[in-house]
Amino acid sequence: MKRSLFILMTIVGVLFYSCASKPSDREEEKKEVLTAEVKPQQSEGYREGDAAMDFTLPNIDGQEYSLESLEDNKGVILIFTCNHCPYAKAYEERIIALDKMYKEKGYPVVAINPNDPEVQPEDSFEKMKERAAEKGFTFPYLLDEKQEVYPVYGATKTPHVFVLEKVEEEYVVRYVGAIDNNYSSAEQADKHYVQDAVDALLAGEEVPMTFTKAIGCSIKVKGK
Amino acid sequence: MRFLYYGIIFISLIQACQPKNVQSEWPQPLEVLKTSAGPIAVYDYEHIEPLFQRNNDTTYVINFWATWCKPCVEELPAFQQLDKEYKGRKVKVLLVSLDMKDDKVAERLGKFIQKKDLKSTVVFLDDPDANSWITKVDPNWSGAIPATLIYNVEKRRFFEKSFDYETLSKELEEVMGLEQ
Repeated sequence: MKRSLFILMTIVGVLFYSCASKPSDREEEKKEVLTAEVKPQQSEGYREGDAAMDFTLPNIDGQEYSLESLEDNKGVILIFTCNHCPYAKAYEERIIALDKMYKEKGYPVVAINPNDPEVQPEDSFEKMKERAAEKGFTFPYLLDEKQEVYPVYGATKTPHVFVLEKVEEEYVVRYVGAIDNNYSSAEQADKHYVQDAVDALLAGEEVPMTFTKAIGCSIKVKGK
Repeated sequence: MRFLYYGIIFISLIQACQPKNVQSEWPQPLEVLKTSAGPIAVYDYEHIEPLFQRNNDTTYVINFWATWCKPCVEELPAFQQLDKEYKGRKVKVLLVSLDMKDDKVAERLGKFIQKKDLKSTVVFLDDPDANSWITKVDPNWSGAIPATLIYNVEKRRFFEKSFDYETLSKELEEVMGLEQ
């Protein structure tokens, strides 16, 4: 009786042992796969410290608009955004708030629609005017009609923010990325990346976070 | 008495050698959306992440999309066709919706899935703090959608672009090691 119990325990023990080693093997394999596949960071587009290109683009008021036309400012909150994108819509109020908050302090908002209206009719120049009037945009809303500006900046989606600091006659990139860390609710956002960047610049301090990522609508390109 | 011993051995065998992690690897959703097209699992990034790192003999094709994203909607048929063509060949197509979570999201998704007759598994990723997880999916992802991850234990490829069926199947076969 005792002997058979011993055999039984041995068999059970061996079974458990033989099968138990598998998960740890799997863990190791998994780690290998993960570390082997880490790719280098993308280098296209502007990053903190780069000099930003000026542009001349049509504004919804019918005038041509350039950064050099700005006077007495300390920088610009440049935002690639558009009409149709739900993420852009979710941030409209917050973009207006940023302009109201920082225009007087020397950091006005300048918005650029990078999309091709032929691909996305809701982002046409006429519709831009309508949307701006509807929402009461307090800032210029430009159309990147030849789609030559957004690729230089490296904007990949809407909304996509570039905070630029005016250094002598040049604009230097100080922040690239999202407005804050919660698209669905301004109240629930607890990291306000753009505000933090501009506040730091105004205080003459280093920008705490110079690059962030967010989900957004891909930019609608001609012929795609 | 002997039956008892055989019984214990048998149960131990089943218990010990059962591939336990097959079930537990598919993560538990935080909640389930009841839609007209059936239940849809809701995850935040932490809970969905195991689905991007499964370690078995299947190749996963994971597409990040949303009902409001025009190029995403346009490329969905390619993923449907892929799912169909590679059925039974250890390929799993997973559609990760990044729709915005509001009162109507369940209705919107349900209607959309029915209208487009989507057969692939749809899950819902609800995690607004995207900066905290985009890079974890892939270091090169800017956050724009559509975006697609194709991986298995051997290879991992990420694409921030739109697909047609031909290109998609070519990339899948490359990851599966089937390319000519």
